[in-house]
Amino acid sequence: MAVAEPTTHGVMAPVTYRVTDRVQETADTFTLSLAALHGEAPPIEPGQFMMVYAFGVGEVPISVSGVTDQGEVVLTVRAVGAVSGAICAAQPGGTLGLRGPFGSSWPLAAAHGADLLVIAGGIGLAPLRMLVRQALSAPERFASFTLLYGARAPADLLYTAELERWRSGASVAVTVDVADSDWRGHVGVVPKLIGAARFDSARAHAFLCGPEVMMDFTVQALQGRGIDSQRIHLSMERHMDCGVGLCGHCQLGPTLICRDGPVYSHAQIARWMGVREL
Amino acid sequence: MPRQLDSVLAEIPLFSGLDDETLRLLAGCASNVRFDAGQRIMRRGEPADVFYLVRHGSVVLETYFPARGPVTIETLEAGEVLGWSWLFPPYRWHLDARALTVVRATAFDGACLRGKCLEDPALGYELMSRFAQIVIERLQWTRLRLIDVYETDGRR
Repeated sequence: MAVAEPTTHGVMAPVTYRVTDRVQETADTFTLSLAALHGEAPPIEPGQFMMVYAFGVGEVPISVSGVTDQGEVVLTVRAVGAVSGAICAAQPGGTLGLRGPFGSSWPLAAAHGADLLVIAGGIGLAPLRMLVRQALSAPERFASFTLLYGARAPADLLYTAELERWRSGASVAVTVDVADSDWRGHVGVVPKLIGAARFDSARAHAFLCGPEVMMDFTVQALQGRGIDSQRIHLSMERHMDCGVGLCGHCQLGPTLICRDGPVYSHAQIARWMGVREL
Repeated sequence: MPRQLDSVLAEIPLFSGLDDETLRLLAGCASNVRFDAGQRIMRRGEPADVFYLVRHGSVVLETYFPARGPVTIETLEAGEVLGWSWLFPPYRWHLDARALTVVRATAFDGACLRGKCLEDPALGYELMSRFAQIVIERLQWTRLRLIDVYETDGRR
Protein backbone atom coordinates (compact mmCIF):
# COMPACT_ATOMS: atom_id res chain seq x y z
CA MET A 1 0.00 0.00 0.00
CA ALA A 2 1.06 3.55 -0.62
CA VAL A 3 2.65 5.35 2.30
CA ALA A 4 2.95 9.04 1.56
CA GLU A 5 5.73 11.09 3.08
CA PRO A 6 4.37 14.17 4.82
CA THR A 7 5.26 17.28 2.93
CA THR A 8 6.95 20.17 4.70
CA HIS A 9 3.62 22.00 4.48
CA GLY A 10 2.23 22.03 7.99
CA VAL A 11 4.09 19.01 9.29
CA MET A 12 5.03 20.16 12.76
CA ALA A 13 3.26 23.52 12.96
CA PRO A 14 -0.36 23.97 11.90
CA VAL A 15 -1.22 26.01 8.85
CA THR A 16 -4.22 28.27 9.17
CA TYR A 17 -7.31 27.43 7.14
CA ARG A 18 -10.55 29.39 6.90
CA VAL A 19 -13.89 27.59 7.16
CA THR A 20 -15.76 28.27 3.92
CA ASP A 21 -18.72 25.97 4.43
CA ARG A 22 -20.34 24.04 7.25
CA VAL A 23 -23.00 21.37 6.70
CA GLN A 24 -24.78 19.60 9.52
CA GLU A 25 -24.92 15.90 8.64
CA THR A 26 -26.52 14.54 11.84
CA ALA A 27 -27.26 15.81 15.33
CA ASP A 28 -23.56 15.68 16.27
CA THR A 29 -21.68 15.48 12.97
CA PHE A 30 -20.66 18.31 10.67
CA THR A 31 -18.84 18.56 7.35
CA LEU A 32 -16.50 21.54 7.07
CA SER A 33 -14.84 22.88 3.94
CA LEU A 34 -11.54 24.60 4.64
CA ALA A 35 -9.43 26.84 2.41
CA ALA A 36 -5.77 27.57 3.16
CA LEU A 37 -5.34 31.21 4.11
CA HIS A 38 -2.06 31.39 2.24
CA GLY A 39 -1.15 29.24 -0.74
CA GLU A 40 -2.81 25.98 -1.67
CA ALA A 41 -3.74 22.89 0.26
CA PRO A 42 -1.25 20.03 -0.26
CA PRO A 43 -2.15 16.99 -2.39
CA ILE A 44 -4.26 14.53 -0.44
CA GLU A 45 -4.85 10.86 -1.17
CA PRO A 46 -8.07 9.06 -0.16
CA GLY A 47 -7.67 7.55 3.29
CA GLN A 48 -5.15 10.07 4.62
CA PHE A 49 -5.82 12.21 7.66
CA MET A 50 -5.04 15.70 8.92
CA MET A 51 -4.25 16.84 12.45
CA VAL A 52 -6.86 19.52 13.07
CA TYR A 53 -6.24 22.19 15.68
CA ALA A 54 -9.03 24.16 17.30
CA PHE A 55 -6.98 27.12 18.46
CA GLY A 56 -6.69 27.25 22.21
CA VAL A 57 -8.57 23.98 22.71
CA GLY A 58 -6.54 21.14 21.22
CA GLU A 59 -5.73 18.97 18.23
CA VAL A 60 -7.26 15.74 16.91
CA PRO A 61 -6.72 13.52 13.85
CA ILE A 62 -9.51 13.70 11.28
CA SER A 63 -9.66 11.71 8.06
CA VAL A 64 -10.12 13.76 4.92
CA SER A 65 -13.53 13.15 3.37
CA GLY A 66 -13.05 15.22 0.23
CA VAL A 67 -11.20 17.88 -1.70
CA THR A 68 -13.32 20.41 -3.59
CA ASP A 69 -12.66 21.60 -7.14
CA GLN A 70 -11.33 24.79 -5.56
CA GLY A 71 -8.79 22.79 -3.57
CA GLU A 72 -10.56 23.10 -0.24
CA VAL A 73 -10.05 20.33 2.29
CA VAL A 74 -13.31 18.68 3.39
CA LEU A 75 -13.54 17.13 6.83
CA THR A 76 -16.48 15.36 8.44
CA VAL A 77 -16.23 15.58 12.20
CA ARG A 78 -18.31 14.07 14.98
CA ALA A 79 -18.48 16.11 18.17
CA VAL A 80 -17.55 13.67 20.92
CA GLY A 81 -15.39 15.84 23.17
CA ALA A 82 -14.01 19.30 23.79
CA VAL A 83 -11.73 19.47 20.73
CA SER A 84 -14.00 17.82 18.17
CA GLY A 85 -16.87 19.87 19.62
CA ALA A 86 -14.92 23.09 19.06
CA ILE A 87 -14.07 22.02 15.49
CA CYS A 88 -17.72 21.24 14.78
CA ALA A 89 -18.70 24.62 16.20
CA ALA A 90 -16.39 26.50 13.81
CA GLN A 91 -18.51 28.73 11.58
CA PRO A 92 -17.82 29.92 8.03
CA GLY A 93 -15.24 32.69 8.31
CA GLY A 94 -13.65 31.11 11.38
CA THR A 95 -10.22 29.53 11.33
CA LEU A 96 -8.68 26.17 12.21
CA GLY A 97 -5.10 24.91 12.10
CA LEU A 98 -4.24 21.91 9.93
CA ARG A 99 -1.17 19.70 9.74
CA GLY A 100 -0.75 16.99 7.18
CA PRO A 101 -1.94 15.09 5.26
CA PHE A 102 -0.45 12.10 7.01
CA GLY A 103 -0.50 8.36 6.67
CA SER A 104 -1.15 5.74 4.04
CA SER A 105 -3.95 5.79 1.48
CA TRP A 106 -6.46 3.29 0.13
CA PRO A 107 -4.77 1.12 -2.54
CA LEU A 108 -7.72 1.41 -4.92
CA ALA A 109 -5.65 0.51 -7.98
CA ALA A 110 -5.22 -2.98 -6.55
CA ALA A 111 -8.92 -3.54 -7.16
CA HIS A 112 -8.82 -2.60 -10.85
CA GLY A 113 -10.42 -5.35 -12.88
CA ALA A 114 -11.97 -6.96 -9.80
CA ASP A 115 -15.16 -6.59 -7.78
CA LEU A 116 -14.92 -3.62 -5.43
CA LEU A 117 -16.55 -3.76 -2.00
CA VAL A 118 -16.65 -0.67 0.18
CA ILE A 119 -17.99 -1.32 3.67
CA ALA A 120 -18.50 1.46 6.20
CA GLY A 121 -19.99 1.83 9.64
CA GLY A 122 -21.06 5.12 11.21
CA ILE A 123 -18.62 7.96 10.62
CA GLY A 124 -16.36 5.41 8.94
CA LEU A 125 -17.97 6.42 5.68
CA ALA A 126 -16.08 9.73 5.82
CA PRO A 127 -12.57 8.27 5.24
CA LEU A 128 -14.02 6.19 2.39
CA ARG A 129 -15.91 9.00 0.67
CA MET A 130 -13.00 10.10 -1.56
CA LEU A 131 -12.40 6.49 -2.55
CA VAL A 132 -16.08 6.05 -3.46
CA ARG A 133 -16.01 9.19 -5.57
CA GLN A 134 -12.81 8.08 -7.29
CA ALA A 135 -14.28 4.66 -8.06
CA LEU A 136 -17.49 6.18 -9.41
CA SER A 137 -15.51 8.51 -11.65
CA ALA A 138 -14.08 5.50 -13.52
CA PRO A 139 -16.51 2.60 -13.00
CA GLU A 140 -15.14 0.75 -16.05
CA ARG A 141 -12.06 -0.08 -13.99
CA PHE A 142 -14.03 -2.44 -11.75
CA ALA A 143 -15.97 -5.60 -12.48
CA SER A 144 -18.62 -4.37 -10.04
CA PHE A 145 -18.94 -1.89 -7.20
CA THR A 146 -20.87 -2.62 -4.01
CA LEU A 147 -21.20 -0.21 -1.10
CA LEU A 148 -22.49 -1.51 2.23
CA TYR A 149 -23.12 1.14 4.86
CA GLY A 150 -24.56 0.98 8.35
CA ALA A 151 -25.29 3.34 11.19
CA ARG A 152 -26.99 3.18 14.55
CA ALA A 153 -30.24 4.76 13.33
CA PRO A 154 -31.59 6.46 10.19
CA ALA A 155 -30.89 9.89 11.71
CA ASP A 156 -27.20 8.95 12.03
CA LEU A 157 -26.62 8.25 8.33
CA LEU A 158 -24.09 10.53 6.64
CA TYR A 159 -24.25 12.04 3.15
CA THR A 160 -27.82 10.83 2.59
CA ALA A 161 -28.37 12.82 -0.62
CA GLU A 162 -25.02 11.70 -2.00
CA LEU A 163 -25.78 8.08 -1.07
CA GLU A 164 -28.83 8.24 -3.33
CA ARG A 165 -26.73 9.58 -6.20
CA TRP A 166 -24.17 6.82 -5.68
CA ARG A 167 -26.88 4.25 -6.38
CA SER A 168 -26.64 5.09 -10.09
CA GLY A 169 -23.08 3.75 -10.23
CA ALA A 170 -22.91 1.22 -7.42
CA SER A 171 -25.00 -1.38 -5.71
CA VAL A 172 -25.72 0.39 -2.43
CA ALA A 173 -27.18 -1.31 0.64
CA VAL A 174 -27.83 0.69 3.79
CA THR A 175 -28.72 -0.75 7.16
CA VAL A 176 -29.35 0.57 10.65
CA ASP A 177 -29.22 -1.11 14.03
CA VAL A 178 -32.39 0.53 15.30
CA ALA A 179 -35.37 1.94 13.43
CA ASP A 180 -39.04 2.63 13.86
CA SER A 181 -41.66 1.30 11.49
CA ASP A 182 -41.34 4.35 9.20
CA TRP A 183 -37.92 3.15 8.03
CA ARG A 184 -38.27 1.19 4.81
CA GLY A 185 -34.69 -0.05 4.59
CA HIS A 186 -32.67 -2.80 6.21
CA VAL A 187 -32.50 -3.25 9.97
CA GLY A 188 -29.53 -5.25 11.17
CA VAL A 189 -25.77 -5.05 11.41
CA VAL A 190 -23.42 -4.26 8.52
CA PRO A 191 -21.71 -7.70 8.31
CA LYS A 192 -25.11 -9.30 7.72
CA LEU A 193 -25.32 -7.45 4.38
CA ILE A 194 -22.30 -9.36 3.10
CA GLY A 195 -24.33 -12.54 2.70
CA ALA A 196 -26.43 -11.02 -0.07
CA ALA A 197 -23.62 -9.09 -1.80
CA ARG A 198 -22.53 -10.39 -5.20
CA PHE A 199 -18.81 -10.64 -5.87
CA ASP A 200 -16.15 -13.04 -7.06
CA SER A 201 -14.41 -13.89 -3.80
CA ALA A 202 -11.31 -15.11 -5.63
CA ARG A 203 -10.57 -11.59 -6.88
CA ALA A 204 -12.68 -9.09 -4.93
CA HIS A 205 -11.09 -6.35 -2.85
CA ALA A 206 -12.84 -4.98 0.24
CA PHE A 207 -12.21 -1.58 1.83
CA LEU A 208 -13.48 -1.20 5.39
CA CYS A 209 -13.78 1.62 7.87
CA GLY A 210 -15.83 1.80 11.04
CA PRO A 211 -15.75 0.83 14.69
CA GLU A 212 -13.11 -1.85 15.23
CA VAL A 213 -15.62 -4.40 16.52
CA MET A 214 -17.72 -3.91 13.43
CA MET A 215 -14.65 -4.32 11.21
CA ASP A 216 -13.69 -7.47 13.08
CA PHE A 217 -17.09 -9.09 12.45
CA THR A 218 -17.06 -7.82 8.86
CA VAL A 219 -13.66 -9.38 8.21
CA GLN A 220 -14.96 -12.70 9.56
CA ALA A 221 -17.95 -12.50 7.22
CA LEU A 222 -15.74 -11.61 4.25
CA GLN A 223 -13.34 -14.44 5.01
CA GLY A 224 -16.36 -16.71 5.36
CA ARG A 225 -17.20 -15.80 1.77
CA GLY A 226 -13.63 -16.63 0.75
CA ILE A 227 -11.93 -13.25 0.44
CA ASP A 228 -8.25 -13.45 1.27
CA SER A 229 -6.88 -11.34 4.11
CA GLN A 230 -4.48 -9.64 1.67
CA ARG A 231 -7.44 -8.23 -0.25
CA ILE A 232 -9.20 -6.82 2.79
CA HIS A 233 -8.05 -3.27 3.48
CA LEU A 234 -9.04 -1.37 6.59
CA SER A 235 -8.44 1.94 8.28
CA MET A 236 -7.28 1.69 11.89
CA GLU A 237 -7.73 4.20 14.66
CA ARG A 238 -5.70 4.72 17.82
CA HIS A 239 -4.80 7.72 19.93
CA MET A 240 -2.76 9.79 17.48
CA ASP A 241 -1.05 12.90 18.79
CA CYS A 242 1.95 13.92 16.71
CA GLY A 243 0.88 12.46 13.36
CA VAL A 244 4.47 11.88 12.27
CA GLY A 245 5.58 8.79 14.19
CA LEU A 246 7.44 10.56 16.99
CA CYS A 247 5.30 10.35 20.11
CA GLY A 248 4.43 6.65 19.90
CA HIS A 249 0.90 7.05 21.27
CA CYS A 250 -0.63 5.27 18.30
CA GLN A 251 1.69 2.28 18.41
CA LEU A 252 0.05 -1.06 17.68
CA GLY A 253 2.57 -3.86 17.95
CA PRO A 254 5.46 -3.02 15.66
CA THR A 255 3.59 -0.37 13.73
CA LEU A 256 2.76 3.29 14.29
CA ILE A 257 -0.68 3.92 12.89
CA CYS A 258 -0.09 7.60 12.09
CA ARG A 259 3.02 6.79 10.08
CA ASP A 260 2.50 3.28 8.66
CA GLY A 261 -1.31 3.39 8.60
CA PRO A 262 -4.06 4.23 9.06
CA VAL A 263 -4.76 2.03 6.01
CA TYR A 264 -3.46 -1.52 6.25
CA SER A 265 -4.30 -4.82 4.67
CA HIS A 266 -5.92 -7.15 7.18
CA ALA A 267 -3.02 -9.54 6.63
CA GLN A 268 -0.64 -6.84 7.90
CA ILE A 269 -2.53 -5.92 11.03
CA ALA A 270 -4.61 -8.97 11.99
CA ARG A 271 -2.05 -10.34 14.42
CA TRP A 272 -2.16 -7.15 16.49
CA MET A 273 -5.87 -6.27 16.29
CA GLY A 274 -6.88 -8.90 18.80
CA VAL A 275 -4.14 -8.27 21.35
CA ARG A 276 -5.87 -6.70 24.35
CA GLU A 277 -2.71 -5.35 25.91
CA LEU A 278 -1.92 -3.18 22.89
CA MET B 1 -44.84 -29.35 -8.54
CA PRO B 2 -42.71 -31.28 -5.99
CA ARG B 3 -40.29 -32.05 -8.80
CA GLN B 4 -39.81 -28.35 -9.56
CA LEU B 5 -39.42 -27.57 -5.89
CA ASP B 6 -36.57 -30.10 -5.62
CA SER B 7 -34.45 -28.06 -7.98
CA VAL B 8 -35.38 -24.82 -6.21
CA LEU B 9 -34.35 -26.26 -2.86
CA ALA B 10 -31.06 -27.56 -4.24
CA GLU B 11 -30.00 -23.98 -4.97
CA ILE B 12 -30.74 -22.72 -1.46
CA PRO B 13 -27.64 -22.49 0.80
CA LEU B 14 -29.58 -23.95 3.75
CA PHE B 15 -29.96 -27.18 1.83
CA SER B 16 -26.65 -27.23 -0.04
CA GLY B 17 -25.02 -30.65 -0.17
CA LEU B 18 -28.19 -32.61 0.61
CA ASP B 19 -28.78 -35.60 -1.66
CA ASP B 20 -31.67 -35.81 -4.12
CA GLU B 21 -33.66 -38.19 -1.94
CA THR B 22 -33.53 -35.80 1.02
CA LEU B 23 -34.44 -32.84 -1.18
CA ARG B 24 -37.46 -34.78 -2.48
CA LEU B 25 -38.43 -35.54 1.08
CA LEU B 26 -38.18 -31.89 2.06
CA ALA B 27 -40.08 -30.79 -1.03
CA GLY B 28 -42.91 -33.05 0.11
CA CYS B 29 -43.42 -30.69 3.04
CA ALA B 30 -42.99 -27.49 1.01
CA SER B 31 -45.07 -25.15 -1.10
CA ASN B 32 -44.49 -21.81 -2.78
CA VAL B 33 -46.24 -18.77 -1.31
CA ARG B 34 -46.53 -15.08 -2.11
CA PHE B 35 -47.24 -12.11 0.14
CA ASP B 36 -48.21 -8.62 -0.95
CA ALA B 37 -46.32 -5.63 0.38
CA GLY B 38 -47.64 -4.84 3.84
CA GLN B 39 -49.28 -8.24 4.30
CA ARG B 40 -48.93 -9.87 7.72
CA ILE B 41 -46.98 -13.15 7.52
CA MET B 42 -47.03 -14.15 11.17
CA ARG B 43 -48.35 -12.73 14.41
CA ARG B 44 -46.98 -13.19 17.88
CA GLY B 45 -48.81 -15.86 19.88
CA GLU B 46 -50.40 -17.52 16.87
CA PRO B 47 -49.57 -21.16 16.03
CA ALA B 48 -46.13 -21.56 14.47
CA ASP B 49 -46.73 -24.44 12.13
CA VAL B 50 -44.48 -23.35 9.29
CA PHE B 51 -41.18 -21.71 8.38
CA TYR B 52 -40.30 -19.78 5.27
CA LEU B 53 -37.31 -19.50 3.00
CA VAL B 54 -37.45 -16.02 1.52
CA ARG B 55 -36.68 -16.23 -2.19
CA HIS B 56 -37.54 -12.67 -3.21
CA GLY B 57 -38.32 -9.45 -1.38
CA SER B 58 -37.92 -8.17 2.17
CA VAL B 59 -39.59 -9.17 5.41
CA VAL B 60 -39.61 -7.10 8.55
CA LEU B 61 -39.63 -8.79 11.96
CA GLU B 62 -41.48 -6.71 14.51
CA THR B 63 -42.81 -6.65 17.99
CA TYR B 64 -45.64 -4.50 19.26
CA PHE B 65 -45.61 -2.03 22.13
CA PRO B 66 -49.05 -0.76 23.16
CA ALA B 67 -47.74 2.78 23.62
CA ARG B 68 -45.35 2.83 20.64
CA GLY B 69 -46.91 0.59 18.07
CA PRO B 70 -44.83 -1.81 15.98
CA VAL B 71 -41.06 -1.71 16.52
CA THR B 72 -38.73 -3.16 13.91
CA ILE B 73 -36.31 -5.78 15.16
CA GLU B 74 -34.67 -6.93 11.96
CA THR B 75 -35.21 -7.25 8.24
CA LEU B 76 -34.77 -10.49 6.34
CA GLU B 77 -33.89 -10.66 2.67
CA ALA B 78 -33.81 -13.22 -0.11
CA GLY B 79 -31.93 -16.33 0.95
CA GLU B 80 -32.78 -16.00 4.63
CA VAL B 81 -34.93 -18.20 6.86
CA LEU B 82 -37.99 -16.76 8.54
CA GLY B 83 -39.26 -18.55 11.64
CA TRP B 84 -37.96 -21.23 13.94
CA SER B 85 -40.75 -21.37 16.52
CA TRP B 86 -42.05 -24.45 14.66
CA LEU B 87 -39.09 -26.37 16.08
CA PHE B 88 -40.02 -26.44 19.75
CA PRO B 89 -43.17 -26.45 21.89
CA PRO B 90 -45.39 -24.54 22.36
CA TYR B 91 -45.07 -23.88 18.59
CA ARG B 92 -46.20 -20.27 18.83
CA TRP B 93 -44.64 -17.27 17.10
CA HIS B 94 -42.56 -15.03 19.32
CA LEU B 95 -42.64 -12.08 16.91
CA ASP B 96 -44.70 -10.49 14.17
CA ALA B 97 -43.52 -10.58 10.56
CA ARG B 98 -44.73 -8.42 7.72
CA ALA B 99 -43.86 -8.27 4.03
CA LEU B 100 -42.04 -5.00 3.36
CA THR B 101 -42.23 -5.59 -0.39
CA VAL B 102 -43.84 -8.29 -2.47
CA VAL B 103 -42.37 -11.47 -1.00
CA ARG B 104 -42.03 -14.83 -2.67
CA ALA B 105 -41.06 -17.64 -0.38
CA THR B 106 -41.08 -21.38 0.07
CA ALA B 107 -43.17 -22.43 3.05
CA PHE B 108 -42.35 -25.63 4.94
CA ASP B 109 -44.96 -27.43 7.01
CA GLY B 110 -43.41 -27.71 10.48
CA ALA B 111 -45.43 -30.72 11.66
CA CYS B 112 -44.62 -32.57 8.44
CA LEU B 113 -40.90 -31.84 8.83
CA ARG B 114 -40.84 -32.77 12.51
CA GLY B 115 -42.51 -36.05 11.63
CA LYS B 116 -39.90 -36.85 9.02
CA CYS B 117 -37.11 -35.94 11.43
CA LEU B 118 -38.54 -38.35 14.02
CA GLU B 119 -38.69 -41.11 11.42
CA ASP B 120 -35.16 -40.41 10.19
CA PRO B 121 -32.82 -39.21 13.00
CA ALA B 122 -29.99 -38.63 10.51
CA LEU B 123 -32.18 -36.16 8.64
CA GLY B 124 -33.24 -34.66 11.97
CA TYR B 125 -29.62 -34.15 13.02
CA GLU B 126 -28.73 -32.62 9.67
CA LEU B 127 -31.62 -30.16 9.74
CA MET B 128 -31.10 -29.23 13.39
CA SER B 129 -27.39 -28.60 12.72
CA ARG B 130 -28.23 -26.29 9.86
CA PHE B 131 -30.85 -24.42 11.86
CA ALA B 132 -28.50 -24.14 14.82
CA GLN B 133 -25.97 -22.47 12.55
CA ILE B 134 -28.56 -19.89 11.51
CA VAL B 135 -29.62 -19.31 15.11
CA ILE B 136 -26.00 -18.83 16.20
CA GLU B 137 -25.36 -16.37 13.40
CA ARG B 138 -28.45 -14.35 14.32
CA LEU B 139 -27.37 -14.44 17.97
CA GLN B 140 -23.95 -13.07 17.01
CA TRP B 141 -25.49 -10.25 15.00
CA THR B 142 -27.84 -9.47 17.89
CA ARG B 143 -24.93 -9.35 20.33
CA LEU B 144 -23.13 -6.98 17.99
CA ARG B 145 -26.13 -4.67 18.08
CA LEU B 146 -26.28 -4.88 21.88
CA ILE B 147 -22.72 -3.58 22.09
CA ASP B 148 -23.78 -0.38 20.28
CA VAL B 149 -20.59 -0.31 18.24
CA TYR B 150 -21.25 3.23 17.08
CA GLU B 151 -20.79 4.66 20.55
CA THR B 152 -17.37 6.26 20.39
CA ASP B 153 -14.58 5.40 22.80
CA GLY B 154 -12.72 8.62 22.16
CA ARG B 155 -13.62 11.78 24.04
CA ARG B 156 -11.32 14.29 22.44
